[in-house]
Amino acid sequence: MSNALPNSLRMGPDSRGRFGDFGGRFVAETLMPNIQEVQEAYEAARKDPEFEKEWRRLLKDYVGRPSPLWFAERLTSHLGGAKVYLKREELNHTGAHKINAVIAQIMLAKRMGKKHVIAETGAGQHGVATATACALFDLKCTVFMGATDVERQKPNVFRMKLLGAELNAVTSGAATLKDAMNEALRYWVAHVHDTYYCIGTVAGPAPYPQMVRDFQCVIGDETKEQCLAVEGRLPDVVVCAVGGGSSAMGIFHPFLDDAEVKLVGVEAAGHGIETGAHAAAINGGTPGVLHGNKTYLLQDRNGQIQEAHSISAGLDYPGIGPEHSWLHEIGRVEYTAATDQEALDAFQLCSKLEGIIPALESAHGLAEVIKRAPTMPKDSIIVLNLSGRGDKDIFTVAHHMGVSL
Amino acid sequence: MSRIAARFAKLKAEGRGALMPFLEAYDPDPTTSMAILRGMPGAGADLIEIGVPFTDPAADGPTVQKAGQRALKAGGSLAGALAMVRDFRRDDDETPLVLMGYLNPIIAYGPERFCEDCRSSGVDGLIIVDMPPEEADEVQPYAHGLDMIRLVAPTTLENRLPTVLNGASGFIYYVSITGITGTRSADATDLAAAIPRIRAMTDLPVAIGFGVRTPQQAAEAVRVADGAVVASSLIEILAGTLDSEGRATKGTVRAVLDGVRALAEGVRSARE
Repeated sequence: MSNALPNSLRMGPDSRGRFGDFGGRFVAETLMPNIQEVQEAYEAARKDPEFEKEWRRLLKDYVGRPSPLWFAERLTSHLGGAKVYLKREELNHTGAHKINAVIAQIMLAKRMGKKHVIAETGAGQHGVATATACALFDLKCTVFMGATDVERQKPNVFRMKLLGAELNAVTSGAATLKDAMNEALRYWVAHVHDTYYCIGTVAGPAPYPQMVRDFQCVIGDETKEQCLAVEGRLPDVVVCAVGGGSSAMGIFHPFLDDAEVKLVGVEAAGHGIETGAHAAAINGGTPGVLHGNKTYLLQDRNGQIQEAHSISAGLDYPGIGPEHSWLHEIGRVEYTAATDQEALDAFQLCSKLEGIIPALESAHGLAEVIKRAPTMPKDSIIVLNLSGRGDKDIFTVAHHMGVSL
Repeated sequence: MSRIAARFAKLKAEGRGALMPFLEAYDPDPTTSMAILRGMPGAGADLIEIGVPFTDPAADGPTVQKAGQRALKAGGSLAGALAMVRDFRRDDDETPLVLMGYLNPIIAYGPERFCEDCRSSGVDGLIIVDMPPEEADEVQPYAHGLDMIRLVAPTTLENRLPTVLNGASGFIYYVSITGITGTRSADATDLAAAIPRIRAMTDLPVAIGFGVRTPQQAAEAVRVADGAVVASSLIEILAGTLDSEGRATKGTVRAVLDGVRALAEGVRSARE
C-alpha cells in the first residue's frame, strides 16, 4: 500500500514489530499465538488483490470516499495567514475516520473465520464504526466502553445498540478508555478461538499499529493527490490531533518522506500540562509498556499508569501509538498540545465560520492551526485532518458553555 | 543450586508436589501482608509467589485486580515488594520467593537495578506476565542468578514450545485455562494431556496455575504436575475478612494461613 523508497521513514516496523525501540508484542503467552495468527492473516490479506479491491469498493460506495479537501476560505481570511484546508474525514459514514480501518479489519475477521468481534471505545466513534461494520458483515459485536464514557457519550451508546452491538460498560479502574482496553484484552484471552479484537487505534501489540496505520493511510494518500491537483504542490504543514493517533498516522505517513512537509501532532493538554490533568503522553509522559506495546505513557515514578484527562473522550488515553513515539524521538513530527479551553474555542469558531461542527478531538488540531496559520505567509498551505464530526459532543460543549439542553 | 531448584529436588525426594500460594504485596496493608508472607512457610507453603501491584493488570480477573487496587492504595510498589523479601529473608533462607507482575513497573525501576536489587534482597525467580520470550531481552540480560519463569498456555502450540522453553529456568508455569486469573478451573483430563506435552520437551519442574482454587484441585494438579499455584481463592478469603473500609481485621492473617494449611493438606495427601 505504500511506495516506500530506500532510506525511507515508511519501512517500519521491523520483524519484531518495533519502530526504533517502540512497539513490540508485550502480551501474555495465552495471546501470543493469536497475535501471530492476526499477523499472518493480515500479511496474506494485504497481498491479495481481491481483498484490496473489495475494501476499495466499500470505501467508495459504503463509506463515501474520497473525502473532500475543503479550502476553508472564511477561516483562512479570519486567521490572516496560510491557506487553511480541511481534510473532511467527518463526512465519512459514521462520522469519523475510524471506519476506514474498521471495514478492513472486519473483512479480515470474516476471512479468518471469526464469529465474534470485540472492540474498545472511548468517545464511541470506534465502537459505532465497529458495530456498523459488524451489522454489514453479520458478525456478533461486543463493545467495551468505560462506564464514565457511557455516561458522557449517550448518543453513541444508543447508536451502537441500534446497530445490534452488545455494550459492556467497564467499571474497573477509572472506567475510561484504558480500562475498556484492559477488559477487551481480558475477554480476548478467554475467547481466543472464535473472537477477533478490532483495535481502534495505532496502538496495541504488533501487527495492530502497522495494520491500522496502513488502512488509515488512505487519508494521507488522498490528501496528497488532492493538494497536488488543486495547488500543484504539497502542503507546507499538516496538522492532526493525537490520542492513540490513528487519524494522525493516516495523514502523516504518506508524507513522511517529503521532508519539505512539516508534520504536527496535537496532544490533549486538558487543564494544562503543568496541572497534571492532561492526556499528553509525549509532552508529559515517559516511555513504558502498556496494552501490548512500548511507547510514551502517562505514569508515576513507580511505573503505575496515571489517568489521562481531556474534555475529548477520544483523546482521553494515557498512551500513544508507538510509531508516534519513534517519530517524536527522531524529530520527524513535532508534537504540541492544546488545552480543553483552546479546543472549545476552536470548536465554536469552526462552527461559525465554516458551518462545520468538528469533533472535540479534531478541534484540538484546529486549535494548533489557529495558532500557527497567522504566523505563516499567505501563499503557504496548512492542512488539518478534520477527523470527525462534533454532533456527539454537543452535550459536553453545551455544558461547558453553561447551556442546558 | 538455586533455592527453587533445591526445593523441587527436596520435594521430589520426598515424593510430593509443591504448594505455591500467592499474595499481593501490601494487600490490604504492608503489616498484614508481611505477617501473611512470614506465616506461609509454617502453614505449608513450599514456594511463595509475591504479586507486585500494577494499575493495569490485563491478565488478571476481578479478584486479583481488586487486591492490586487495595495494595496500591496502601502504598504498594516494586520497591515495597523487594523490602518485604528482605524482611522475610532475615528469618528464612530456604523458602523460594518468586516475584510475579507486569513489565512497566520494572522498566520504571530500571531493569538492571531491579535485577541487582532482586539478587541482594533474596528474590529467586521472576514471572513477568506481559513479557513473552520474544521480548525477554528487556530484562533477561541482567537476570543472571535469577530464575526466569516462563508461562505456557493451552494455546501455546507444539512448534512454539521450544521458543518459550529457550531461556526458561526454575520451573515452567502452566496457565491451565485460556482466560484470566480466578475465573474458572481446568478440567483434570485436559491437564493430564497438557503436562506430558511440556515434560517431553524440558526437564524443568512444571507448576499449574490460573484456576486452581480448592485443596482438591491443588491435589489434582500435583498428581500430574510438580506444583500448584493458588492465588484468587486465597485473596477471596482475605477480602472476606476485611471491614467495610477495606481494612484488615484481627482474623485476616489467620484466615488466609488457614486457607494455605487446607491447601497444603490437599497437596500432601495427593500422592498417598
